[in-house]
Amino acid sequence: MPLLYPLLLSSALFGIGLYGVLARRNAVLMLLGVELMLNAVNLNLVAFDAWFADQLHTGQVLTLFTIAIAAAEIGLGLAIVLALFRALRTVDVDGVGR
Amino acid sequence: MSLTELVFLVLAVVAAGSALLSMTSGQLVHSALWLVVTLGAVAGCFVLMTAEFVAWVQVLVYVGSVVVLVIFALMLTRQTSATTAEVTGNRWIAAALGVVAAIGLGATMVAGFRGEDIEGRRIGTAGSIGQALFTDWVLPFEILSGVLLAALIGAIVISRSGSDR
Repeated sequence: MPLLYPLLLSSALFGIGLYGVLARRNAVLMLLGVELMLNAVNLNLVAFDAWFADQLHTGQVLTLFTIAIAAAEIGLGLAIVLALFRALRTVDVDGVGR
Repeated sequence: MSLTELVFLVLAVVAAGSALLSMTSGQLVHSALWLVVTLGAVAGCFVLMTAEFVAWVQVLVYVGSVVVLVIFALMLTRQTSATTAEVTGNRWIAAALGVVAAIGLGATMVAGFRGEDIEGRRIGTAGSIGQALFTDWVLPFEILSGVLLAALIGAIVISRSGSDR
């Protein structure tokens, strides 16, 4: 399988995730965009690991670490979003600034 | 074109299309459910790149818990005025930046890795990944468990701090 397929897919996912983070008004959906970008990175790591046939499985182990960090990030992020919602009764990131 | 490449291309189209739908859908819960499709398709891509253990972790952690958490948060923060526009006014700038990022990254990848092939000589089974994780990567693994614990305690503290006022 050409190495370019996963790399181009991850580029597309990263761009879509970036659009989601910048364009979405709902704070929870901004976090979904971040998850999408992290998944694009995971795809890159796994692709390069498989391409390089690494003795230490560096790419796949780092992917596991990224997944754990992403889980921590989404837990913490949603806690902050819920605290924001309790304080201001909104999760609209445009409305919070005003 | 081999069967692996064909399946990979189908999964790639599914992943990118559902990611786009997830980020543009007007219904909040639909966004989360489209994200499930994206993450599942990416897990399939992991299997095709001989990373079967990572694929299972992806299904367990992302599809199993992260999306459930997101759907819970969407339902807890249900706003009274559901008719507000779901995207900001500068969505076209955001779209332009997203396209520029995707094209820039894609062009870099094409320039750097055109013609390379994945052969899948070292398969990432649970055994081989566990071997690597608990011999060469054990220190980062332990540090990561500390980070995860700190983040979860922090999440509990943040989400409890406003409730007793």
